[in-house]
Amino acid sequence: MSERHISVSHLFIQTFKRDLVLAFRRKSELINPLIFFLIVVTLFPIGVSPEPLFLAELAPGLLWVAALLATLLSMESLFKADFEDGSLEQLLLSPQPLFMVVLAKVLAHWLMSGLALTIVAPILAVMLFLPFEGMPGLMLSLLLGTPTLSLIGAIGAALTVGLRRGGVLISLLVLPLYIPVLIFGSSAVQAAITGLPLGGYFALLGALLALALALAPLATGAALRISVSG
Amino acid sequence: MATKWLPRWFFQLASPRWCYQFTGKLIPWFAVISITLMVIGTIWGLAFAPADYQQGNSFRIIYLHVPSAILAQSFYMLMALAGAIGLIWKMKVADMVAKSVAPIGAALAVLALLTGAIWGKPTWGSWWVWDARLTSMLVLLFLYLGVIALNSAIESETTAAQATAVLALVGLVNIPIIKYSVEWWNTLHQPATFKLTEKPAMPAEMWLPLLVMLIGFYTIFGLALMLRLRNEILVRERRASWVKELLTVKA
Repeated sequence: MSERHISVSHLFIQTFKRDLVLAFRRKSELINPLIFFLIVVTLFPIGVSPEPLFLAELAPGLLWVAALLATLLSMESLFKADFEDGSLEQLLLSPQPLFMVVLAKVLAHWLMSGLALTIVAPILAVMLFLPFEGMPGLMLSLLLGTPTLSLIGAIGAALTVGLRRGGVLISLLVLPLYIPVLIFGSSAVQAAITGLPLGGYFALLGALLALALALAPLATGAALRISVSG
Repeated sequence: MATKWLPRWFFQLASPRWCYQFTGKLIPWFAVISITLMVIGTIWGLAFAPADYQQGNSFRIIYLHVPSAILAQSFYMLMALAGAIGLIWKMKVADMVAKSVAPIGAALAVLALLTGAIWGKPTWGSWWVWDARLTSMLVLLFLYLGVIALNSAIESETTAAQATAVLALVGLVNIPIIKYSVEWWNTLHQPATFKLTEKPAMPAEMWLPLLVMLIGFYTIFGLALMLRLRNEILVRERRASWVKELLTVKA
């Protein structure tokens, strides 16, 4: 038996590829958050008011809240399948840093949820009469904000992975932590509509992302070890 | 292990039995001090402190509102700290402290929100305002509830304690971020009454009773924490011989 040395970048790329392949094989999981996003947004004109002026005012916050909920909904599946078939345990036993494994899985997950939501968002924004000036603000704030949501959500997913009914619990754990991203994200869209400079909002969203990138995988790794051993 | 710099009592506290006996000795002291301070603070604050020149007598709820808000925050820090100690040194007692402090902290956050609502009615004209500090206190309550929910969802005691500790630490990192983002989002509230770096803006006759109440709150809820902790120790150590002996002597 020859011992194969696996570099960290190789591990990262392999985990990332594997998760992408698995995601494409389970297309419903990929599409469900997007449909959820669409339905939640549709509920508001029906439930509150179809008035264009009112909807335009509501749109930045509503789109952000709906994107946040859709991300949250998709988080539960992040580690679930791997936990159930035992491959998560194998990943935890590997001598490679868990940090990179988690980062690769979250990145793959974000491409399927956050990035997809960002691409779909303008269509929904048009349906909500969001002024055209708000579009770049919406797209860029979602692009910078949704990875943070995925990274924080991964902590919640890791903490609840061993529980049979983790669905409601994960939202209880994660939603309060999403508040800063929501504030800066929806404010960026507001500012874009009124023509105010956007740099500050993107800087803050970027700072949150940097902080989450550095710390969230550590917490997720620790949480996974605790959940799997318990 | 490079833990020689830690004092001896730190390791002694790790023994549930020693901790149980130690808190047993502290409880009478805490009881006397806390009741005295609460009685003095309440009478002083409600009857003798001068009325506010703008808010009249309605400001007197500050003597409940501010201590409960401060304690709700510092108990969260205590919970995260105890959780971290439990994670790092695998101390059972630290896990028990973290578990016992969560419901008390949540209750204090509720008290701060309720007194804030009662104070808000005469001052701002409505029970609830989406003001920065009210909202961040509400978020703090949500963080407490999340910790409690996670702890009760996991069956194994050690796993539950470790998972909650991770969550509490994540929350601790997020609290300043949430606080400042919310403050930036919307603020109506008057600035903090006590700051470590400045003299309070109110006269001494007003803030002295508040300080008495604050220390009274710390001691009385410290007492509540010790009582909960002792219960928790007895429940978890029910199979230990010293607990069995203790119970047979009592019975």
